[in-house]
Amino acid sequence: MTDTTRKTVVETAAGAAPPAPAPPPRRARVRRGVTPWLFLIAPLALLVTFTYAPVANMLAYSFTDWDGVSPELHYTGAGNYTEIFTREDLFRVFFVSGYYLAASAVQIIAALYFATILSFNVRFRNFFKGVLFFPYLINGVAIGFVFLYFFQDGGTLDSVLSLFGVRTDHAWLGTPFSANTALAGVSVWRYLGLNFVLLLGAIQSIPGELYEAAELDGANRWHQFRHIIAPGIKPVLTLTVILSISGSLSVFEIPYIMTGGATGTETFVIQTVNLAFRFGKTGLASAAAVVLLLIILLVTWIQRRLVPDDKVDLV
Amino acid sequence: MTRRTVARTLVYLSLIAATGVVLLPLVVVLLTSLKTEKEMADADGALSLPESLFNFHNYADAFQDGRMLSAFGNTAFILVFAIGGTVLIGSMTAYAIDRFTFRFKKLVVALFLIAALVPGVTTQVATFQIVNSFGMFDTLWAPIALYMGTDIVSIYIFLQFVRSIPISLDESARLEGANTFTIYRKIIFPLLKPAMATVVIVKGITVYNDFYIPFLYMPSEDLGVISTSLFRFRGPYAAHWETISAGAILVVLPTLVVFLSLQRFIYNGFMRGATR
Repeated sequence: MTDTTRKTVVETAAGAAPPAPAPPPRRARVRRGVTPWLFLIAPLALLVTFTYAPVANMLAYSFTDWDGVSPELHYTGAGNYTEIFTREDLFRVFFVSGYYLAASAVQIIAALYFATILSFNVRFRNFFKGVLFFPYLINGVAIGFVFLYFFQDGGTLDSVLSLFGVRTDHAWLGTPFSANTALAGVSVWRYLGLNFVLLLGAIQSIPGELYEAAELDGANRWHQFRHIIAPGIKPVLTLTVILSISGSLSVFEIPYIMTGGATGTETFVIQTVNLAFRFGKTGLASAAAVVLLLIILLVTWIQRRLVPDDKVDLV
Repeated sequence: MTRRTVARTLVYLSLIAATGVVLLPLVVVLLTSLKTEKEMADADGALSLPESLFNFHNYADAFQDGRMLSAFGNTAFILVFAIGGTVLIGSMTAYAIDRFTFRFKKLVVALFLIAALVPGVTTQVATFQIVNSFGMFDTLWAPIALYMGTDIVSIYIFLQFVRSIPISLDESARLEGANTFTIYRKIIFPLLKPAMATVVIVKGITVYNDFYIPFLYMPSEDLGVISTSLFRFRGPYAAHWETISAGAILVVLPTLVVFLSLQRFIYNGFMRGATR
């Protein structure tokens, strides 16, 4: 009953519905109340089963020493969390994220550069746009193999260098620094395209008259960038930064495929997967996953604060 | 005037350099895939051209011994069900949320909104136990259910489109006696075609490329999808770069064809997916 009245109020308030008709017969009213749930039942069931139940379970496991199989588990309090932040070999993976964060900075600057120059009139613009974006669509395993060959001894990189007279037998994936730099470079190669296309879209949605007016005022390309493009793309730029940060923290595919986490290239997610599925430490792995989840939620929350989002308007 | 020319030249040089950086690793792998075992052993550098550009022997190897055929089959099976399910679920959710007022609507919307913030990689530790308890572990249904059940972006995309369909269409259909299911099936669903195109493309490419979920949930060799089957090339072909290269090219080729034929949709789709 209350439902119907509330609905009428809402609708007339919104001014969308015609004046409330006479209340329909009782059976019809009940059916209308149930109908949306018939559409929602399957989506909600999937949502709860595969998103909320795992998050809840994960929280619960994170306070235990469960191994993932045995029926026995013991409550260990915050023990797993202390372990993550105090055991040096577990904590190390956070430093690996540093390489990817640095790479993201390079990536965003490069994406911004290419988006800016390709928003002006350039020959073969679509060709260059396509070339820059295509790596983003390629299968991660294929990328891993392409770059294993690229970095291997006598592979693509060595051959190119020898064209320039540089002969080296440096094992590119041999030391932690060099390997992490190489892997971070691969992720720039892979993800630059997405950042670039997002930024290009944002730049192109700035009305063209603004540039013309600026040109009449004698503004050069740098002024145009500084005063027209930069403010226009701020929301997308923030989004890109956030995507890069959470992306850097959850790197998995490229290092797992290329080095398997060897020579100090283990990332947070590789470590979690190994803990859970190889070493049977579901409890510890859950705690690690909770930490990662919290960091990512925090980063997203900061983004929402920085850029008041008008796009999240589901209702 | 000359300064302008210099600037122009630098711009083109940087674009050409970027093109080189993107294409060179791929082209080298393409060349390698066409070389024979002997040519690889003689090795005069990765950049050398293969003797014959029509040596498809490695591709035959990759297909037969590398089980790429069954991998493409499995991937296609997963694609059909995962995409079909996503389209149904996304459009139903969007229809219910946009066209009805009901109790707890705010809560439902919030549930979907918050779920979009939870990255899938973090929760697999616990998701694994749930999938396992349904007996779906090591079946094709595990990835299908996960792809279908955790895609909030598609719901957003459908929602934007449902909103743009005038409510007067629903109302006139209702006056002619159509019930809500008929309205969904005969009016909303067909009008959602542009949204479906976007979702099918974005979802299709994501599923085709996914490695994490099939790797975790389908360890059997028979259930290899293209990512995991290609990944298994590492062991037996460790020293045979020509075969590994052929496998990689086989996997990239369909993506290239789709990209070239649907470019505009792909840019728009990924932009919409990322910015929501």
